[in-house]
Amino acid sequence: MDEILDGTTQIDCDILIIGGGTAGPMAALKAKRKNPEANVVLLDKANVKRSGAISMGMDGLNNSVIPGYATPEQYTKEITIANDGIVDQKAVYRYADECYGIIQELDQFGIRFQKDQNGEYDVKKVHHIGTYVLPMPNGDTVKKALYRQLRKARINIVNRYMATRLLTGEDRIAGAICVNTRTAEFLVVRAKAVIMALGAAGRLGLPSSGYLYGTYENASNSGEGYAMSYHAGAGLANLECFQINPLIKDYNGPACAYVAGPMGGYTANAQGERFIECDYWSGQMMQEFYDELQGGKGPVYLKLNHLAEETVAEIERVLHIVERPTRGHFHKGRGTDYRTEMIEMHISEVGFCSGHSASGVFVDEHARTTIPGLYAAGDMANVPHNYMLGAFTNGAFAGLDAVDYIKDVDFADFDMGEVDAEQTRVLAPTKRDDGIPPNQIEYKTRRFVNDYLQPPKVTAKMELAQRRFAEVRHDMENEMYVRDSHELMRSLEASTILDCADMAAAASLYRTESRWGLYHNRVEYERDDENWFCHTILTKGDDGKPAHRKQPVQPYVVEIDDDEKNAYANQRVNSTVAAE
Amino acid sequence: MPLAQTSSIVPVVVDKALCIADKGCTVCVDVCPLDVLRIAASDDGTQTAYMKYDECWYCMPCEADCPTGAVTVNLPYLLK
Repeated sequence: MDEILDGTTQIDCDILIIGGGTAGPMAALKAKRKNPEANVVLLDKANVKRSGAISMGMDGLNNSVIPGYATPEQYTKEITIANDGIVDQKAVYRYADECYGIIQELDQFGIRFQKDQNGEYDVKKVHHIGTYVLPMPNGDTVKKALYRQLRKARINIVNRYMATRLLTGEDRIAGAICVNTRTAEFLVVRAKAVIMALGAAGRLGLPSSGYLYGTYENASNSGEGYAMSYHAGAGLANLECFQINPLIKDYNGPACAYVAGPMGGYTANAQGERFIECDYWSGQMMQEFYDELQGGKGPVYLKLNHLAEETVAEIERVLHIVERPTRGHFHKGRGTDYRTEMIEMHISEVGFCSGHSASGVFVDEHARTTIPGLYAAGDMANVPHNYMLGAFTNGAFAGLDAVDYIKDVDFADFDMGEVDAEQTRVLAPTKRDDGIPPNQIEYKTRRFVNDYLQPPKVTAKMELAQRRFAEVRHDMENEMYVRDSHELMRSLEASTILDCADMAAAASLYRTESRWGLYHNRVEYERDDENWFCHTILTKGDDGKPAHRKQPVQPYVVEIDDDEKNAYANQRVNSTVAAE
Repeated sequence: MPLAQTSSIVPVVVDKALCIADKGCTVCVDVCPLDVLRIAASDDGTQTAYMKYDECWYCMPCEADCPTGAVTVNLPYLLK
């Protein structure tokens, strides 16, 4: 294993799905059920059994719209306000309207959702306005349940192949070039439609621990979806709206105020006082978190030590089994007991992820990107605040639409020269006798991301970042060296990470205002609704560098009243609440 | 080749006595999202899974899915 072999195989399929985490499996299932004759291939850099953000499971649905508890109108309004208004509501509304059907399907897969004594869904309030959080008592079984469905539906699963570039021709999608992560052999996939579900760009900023893989996101989610879309010519939206999360310090996993909040836990400052009204993750909330740390009132903590023993035990049970179970190991190692101590939190590294923010490959309400036949869903697509249920639901939309799309098309012709050029690019680090290892290229890129791109954003620093990134790119293209196919995978990820870093800097410089709280806090600019109430779309320019344009926000389908617009702008608790 | 051999303490530990890689088991190698585990043969011919690449997300499928409980995921030292 891991030696570098020569070889190229070509396969054809109707629908290629890249990424077998959350959105990808659901896209595959929906496509196959709608057209059982379709040849659907699900490809993953890891193993579909345990790949993606929900590798170990998930503790709940953070954004379920369940009849009787919330309405699609209310949810659409909430997400619009939480995103400072820059939202194409059609996609949010469609998600809100149809996600309940997906919940029922997941239920049939054997994934249980918490119910109260009357057998009703036990939905909790975490958001500012509505009630959408539904705990999953056996959330550790999600991937296994999905995998069973994939086997039953006879989806063709291809593990340990990493897609490196999309192929296009005739102004539409033609397929993808992939490389085996254990042999370096190539796989060229011709496909009539391609659905990208490659997750977040989670290895963009460097965690403060300095450990490259100690990221908030699954560290295998290194941003290939963003880089491949960029090189294929697709539009990417609002990349300056970074993902920044409130996490357990050092462990860098979620503190899970969504789990603890409804049970009485909350985010507190060093005095043990509440300082934010609502623990739902938004840029405005993160700004308050940042201000508290900067204002000398930190550290900031998750406070549970005022709760009753049974409550703490239940919180522990959920948090130490599901999503990030090593959390229990972490607290044990440091002797932290929720009953006696508060849990220190901090601010995560930056990344791209629509799961909790609003940036990503631009898609409409059918999960279509700007390239015909190319779809995107989940954390990498720009439907805001996707979370797990958003990935499932938008993945379903992509799968269903792709089946209609392939009816009328055959394989698009593409230039074989593109395949040759890509093979040369990929293999370049294997052709040298020595040089810079991929982990140092990656470390340096990500350290500069922290040094220069972490908000508050400063123009001169971001311009310096661009110069440093260009130098690293020169080194990467001329000196990067790998010894085996595993390192080759890491070198391709390093290249992706650098592409994402370039996009993060360029997008942040383009939007000359502050927006989304801390996510795009530019110290030299105020919020500017007159000029910047729009999406920013980043594409690959003719010069091979990022190009930008503004795109109008679609007319709202759910109106927002003037007195509702600021619901997320006023996050800081007033003194009377704090004194309770 | 001027690359250094820097030592690193790895978070994933495999109990040799419990590991059944000898019998052809590769479950932990198969499920790792970061693909950092491999099977090593020792001088006496026995085979054991081990962490070849120090690139761990401490996510735990290797520990959870191991049929004999041979795998333990510790936190990487830098963040534990």
